Amino acid sequence: MDLIDYQDQGQFYSGHVACAGCVEALALRVILNTVGQDAIAVVPPSCGAVICGGYPNSSLKIPALHTSLESAAATASGVKRALVTQGKPDTTVLCLAGDGGTYDIGLQALSSAAERNEDILYVCFDNEGYMNTGGQKSSSTPLNAVTGSTPTGKASRKKNLIEILAAHRIPYIATTSPGHLNDLAAKVEKAKHIRGTKVIIVLIPCLAGWGVADDNAVNTARLAVDSGVFPLIEVEDGLHYTITNDVKNQPIDDYLKQQKRYRHLTEDQVNNLQEDVDQDWQRLQIKVSNK
Amino acid sequence: MTDKNNNMLLSGNHAVAWGVRLARPDVSPVYPITPQTPILEKITEFKSAGEIDTELLTPESEHSAISACIGASLTGARVFTATSSQGLLLMHEMLHYAAGARAPIVMFNVNRTPASPWGFWPDQLDSLSQRDTGWVQLYTETPQESLDSVIQAFRLAEVSRLPVMLNHDAFYVSHAMEAVSVPSQQMVDDFLPKIKQEFVLDTNKGSSFGAPIDQQTWNRSRQDMAAAMAEISGLVSSIGSDWNQLTGRNYDPLESYRTKDAETVIVTMGSMCGTVREAVDAMREKGIKVGLLKIRLFRPFPAEDIRQAVEGIPNLLVLDRNYSPGMGGIVHQELKSALFGVKAPPKVHGLLAGVGGVNVSTTKIEQLVTHYQNIEPSLEPVWVE
Repeated sequence: MDLIDYQDQGQFYSGHVACAGCVEALALRVILNTVGQDAIAVVPPSCGAVICGGYPNSSLKIPALHTSLESAAATASGVKRALVTQGKPDTTVLCLAGDGGTYDIGLQALSSAAERNEDILYVCFDNEGYMNTGGQKSSSTPLNAVTGSTPTGKASRKKNLIEILAAHRIPYIATTSPGHLNDLAAKVEKAKHIRGTKVIIVLIPCLAGWGVADDNAVNTARLAVDSGVFPLIEVEDGLHYTITNDVKNQPIDDYLKQQKRYRHLTEDQVNNLQEDVDQDWQRLQIKVSNK
Repeated sequence: MTDKNNNMLLSGNHAVAWGVRLARPDVSPVYPITPQTPILEKITEFKSAGEIDTELLTPESEHSAISACIGASLTGARVFTATSSQGLLLMHEMLHYAAGARAPIVMFNVNRTPASPWGFWPDQLDSLSQRDTGWVQLYTETPQESLDSVIQAFRLAEVSRLPVMLNHDAFYVSHAMEAVSVPSQQMVDDFLPKIKQEFVLDTNKGSSFGAPIDQQTWNRSRQDMAAAMAEISGLVSSIGSDWNQLTGRNYDPLESYRTKDAETVIVTMGSMCGTVREAVDAMREKGIKVGLLKIRLFRPFPAEDIRQAVEGIPNLLVLDRNYSPGMGGIVHQELKSALFGVKAPPKVHGLLAGVGGVNVSTTKIEQLVTHYQNIEPSLEPVWVE
């Protein structure tokens, strides 16, 4: 992964309806400007669909197809195949989905597209829940987090989508963050030039859904990385793991304290979460060294 | 093979695949299901032999197959898919989506009983229960008609910007073989130039499909669909007539067979039309004044054509190979609503005949005519076993 000389080319218009302070809009701006004009977006219902805009407006300079919640990867496959028949194989087909549309209802179609290695760039804005419908749990919601449908804290772990995707042996999987925009732009640029299925998961601290202060989403996103809760990685061909920001220098405590969804945690629960993060980090190190 | 017409012995499903081959779709997402699978297999065979150039997609479900169809169609590709029963029902959400987005997809559905209980028998409930999704629906009687209809359906879809669903009955048509005249590639190419769609995803334009809208715009989108639906019956006739010029085989929304002086006309769709045709001939031999009204176009329901076709006929006997629980035969219901308010309407008998694929023989049809032609219609659906 090489850092790029990022330029804003006006691919994302102002006037969109993201919540004030939302870092999904920030990430989207960098993604769209890195992908450029030779692209078609496929957008299932999500916060992203709202940010992309309602008729007759669009905050995207590229065309967008708003599809159904579970069908982003399948719809995008169709778009790409049509482009191939028209002699436009280089046009990027860009899915802009949420975690509900990716980890949950859209996983079947995504798995199938990955199995066929369809030439699409699939971005998952992972705010760890159904935040656009008012904040219910998804299978991406982490252990103990309070949502509208887990009022005492979620009893099960966050689904490990990276490992699921890696098992498909697709050419490129990455995690990235609106707190590390250089990393984000570099990964999008790299993915753009790879043929086959590429999936980029962007952790989006949700102001309303996580209970984060309006001016604190970037900081929270950085703490997720610095504490090792959300390591920034690349997985190539499902086998080769790289940590692109190899720093884990913060206890989880500081990350949790930014968020109301963890306000109810006991000391034991915090310790357990810390243990989980430490073990996951160790496992990741082993994967990285296995390359 | 490609420069002249050929007679081939084909099953209904292989006739469909030949129609698809000749129509040259750019993208074909398909998922297997009995009894549709021979369509998929034949297309795949053509593809692997290098005889067609379509992009084949084999996703994990019919839901993804139709989603891929929508994506490809809205990018400007000519698109085909095929399914049956459970597969069509799994597509349901995206059938609405495709029609709303005005994606000119052509689909072939093989009519089969929906579960539960599991069955693989000819019954039209699968597609009839999709009648409100905004797809044009046609029902075919023979392999020849299935092949001809596939080719015509692409023109119908691309001119009207409505998706078209063709249907034939499981096994009775899908797997039954008959001699089929396969038109030449040149003739089909001339008949079916690709119509450039006005609205497609285009990287030179920032326009979107399907973005959230206000109430008035949604409402207007349905009025636009209504306007397109209003053109369909005329288009089916004019396209069928153009096809007739080339092949000598004419197609209309309806077919009236020996109905001119008929006292009783049997109304039905799909494979049952073939049996009724034979029964009509046999009864005519005996001097019984009976005819057949075949409904080929079911959506939009050709109400005006039907009113004209049945004018002056005293008795209609509707044979429904489907059952809408709590109401009755769907063709019967639609027919009655088309005739409501006309002066001197015919008596309309609604018979649930052949539901679940039960065989309805020519003898049975003769018995039904004899029994029902002189009695008052029941207000309730009548089961025929």
